[in-house]
Amino acid sequence: MAEVTYLEAIRQGMQEEMRRDENVFILGEDIGAYGGAFKVTEGFLAEFGERRVIDTPIAEAAIVGAAAGAAHMGLRPVAEMQFIDFISCAYDMLTNYVATARYRAGLPTPMVVRGPSGGYVRGGPFHSQNPEAAFLHTPGLKIVCPATARDAKGLIKSAIRDDDPVLYFEHKYLYRRIKEHLPEGEEILTPIGKARVAREGKDLTIVTWSAMVYKALEAAERLEKEDGLQVEVLDLRTLLPMDDEAIMTSVRKTNRVLIAHEDTRTGGVAGEITARINDQAFEWLDAPVRRVTAHDVPLPYAPTLEDFVLPQTDDLVVAARWLAAY
Amino acid sequence: MTTTAASAATPAAPPHGLSRAQLHELYYYMRLTRSLEERLVNLYRQTKVIGGLFRSLGQEADSVGSAYALDRTRGDFLSPLIRNLGSMLVQGAQPLEILRQYMAKAESPTRGRELNIHYGDLDRGFIGQISHLGDMVPVMAGVALSFKMRKQPRVGLVYVGDGAMSTGAFHEGINFAAVQRLPMVIVCENNGYSFSTPMRKQTAVAQLVDKAAAYGIPGVRADGNDVLAVYGATKPAVELARNGGGCTLIELVTYRRKGHAEHDNQSYVPAGEIEAWEAKDPIDRCIRDFTAAGWATAGELADIDARIASLLDEAVGACENEPMPEAMSALDGVLADPARTELEWYRRIDG
Repeated sequence: MAEVTYLEAIRQGMQEEMRRDENVFILGEDIGAYGGAFKVTEGFLAEFGERRVIDTPIAEAAIVGAAAGAAHMGLRPVAEMQFIDFISCAYDMLTNYVATARYRAGLPTPMVVRGPSGGYVRGGPFHSQNPEAAFLHTPGLKIVCPATARDAKGLIKSAIRDDDPVLYFEHKYLYRRIKEHLPEGEEILTPIGKARVAREGKDLTIVTWSAMVYKALEAAERLEKEDGLQVEVLDLRTLLPMDDEAIMTSVRKTNRVLIAHEDTRTGGVAGEITARINDQAFEWLDAPVRRVTAHDVPLPYAPTLEDFVLPQTDDLVVAARWLAAY
Repeated sequence: MTTTAASAATPAAPPHGLSRAQLHELYYYMRLTRSLEERLVNLYRQTKVIGGLFRSLGQEADSVGSAYALDRTRGDFLSPLIRNLGSMLVQGAQPLEILRQYMAKAESPTRGRELNIHYGDLDRGFIGQISHLGDMVPVMAGVALSFKMRKQPRVGLVYVGDGAMSTGAFHEGINFAAVQRLPMVIVCENNGYSFSTPMRKQTAVAQLVDKAAAYGIPGVRADGNDVLAVYGATKPAVELARNGGGCTLIELVTYRRKGHAEHDNQSYVPAGEIEAWEAKDPIDRCIRDFTAAGWATAGELADIDARIASLLDEAVGACENEPMPEAMSALDGVLADPARTELEWYRRIDG
């Protein structure tokens, strides 16, 4: 049985849902004949035809707006942003129209907006972004960020079946680097809103998601070998709605928390997680909550610059040692 | 010859295949729009309308005539803008709902969550607008895309104003609809002003309909104060869309005789302009044209007016003293899953 890459897992998830439900369709730029900029939708045009695989103009607001209109009518669109950086062009449509539709008008809007996010690929300021914080602030949206091939498949399938709009941020660094054995015929449905303990530990917790999970695991290995520390790694998988229970369970267990994300610091998701811990588990803490994030600059292109700006395993190790010693 | 004698005595048939009863219906909806807004002005002055009040005085014909061209029995859809109360009434919105919306009542269609005519109903075929102009064009393109994908003979109609046509969302939406040949009609109500900005500061084109050429779709321009001309321009576009002919842009030339909202004193309007358009009032014109042609008698139209007055008396009486929504009701319904609401957080953390 073949190993499945993270990218193939996304593709399989979408294919399975399109085969299962005639109402599922995809739309986006260059997704048909070309199969998408990263080839996630390769083969879809041949299998599902032009009716359900719609190449659009370069118009993110129209892609998202049309997806919303179709979703109101009972279809289940999956809209691709060629790079997730371009989701900002549809920010108005997502935050003002899509996210509010159920609350203000009782309109069902079951749709997915997905696209390649993240850095470490020398993509520069406009092909490397992690826009989750911009949408975390918007009631009415769900946000998922898979780290593993299993979750990449399980979350795209759950997102398509979800009755609310879901933003699915797939990490392009993981596309072909992560491989996993996924048994054929197994129905994988990762629940939205549930975190995953990626590594058990008792001395401190690293809360993270997406590609940063692997840096956290690397750091945990080193801390175990070099410092004898048992580090727990919590992979949130879903940022909205956030799995407070999983976070607090880990806080109560390890009493020390490091939050690591690839996005910039100010207004980043780590701030929200810190506030939630403060609200719900302050008395369990033995040290201040620390965060490791990108520096507050647009992401630069040159490898020397990008590697410095984005969090690296060393940064996690240093912060974890500080926490453990506190 | 009996035939000749009969035709000399009976009025000419109404245009566009409309029946006498349908003409009366057009008049009914225009009058209902105006009378309902007049009631709302009274309620506004009594501070019973909570937010702003947006009038469509002088624009009733363009809303009613265009919406009337849709076929509700076939499931056609529309999405209004703020001056399309008339379109919503044609599509089945009830005066009681509108009154409740403006007065933020618990029983309003949005349970007090949204203002004025910002609401919709998928069963009756209208989708509530949001305040961001142009956004409903891509959304209606998605509705029309669902019709096309499912091979349903249905049409979506979306309203924009002269101002909305400057937005990026309008451009993206109309271009998408044109490329996809979607069963859609885009109606631009050119009422001369977007808030205080006149059309010459909004666009450099001579006529808004000229923009249709840029998208490779047909453009039609009509007198927005003549309800029959509006219907006559919209109906063929609706049928073209239904029959696979794609999207049409219609410009209806009209005039906004009131300010952007009731608070706006229209200080920016040149002297004499409003009066000039008063002389072209669409309801006065309708009464003149219909009675002159023998399509309605003054008595029949007076009966319609009386029917509307009693309907509105009843609607205002029914809801004027209704309560506003209970405060905690603000916390539910953000997501489909009832366990994932703000209510859950409130009970666990804040409460």
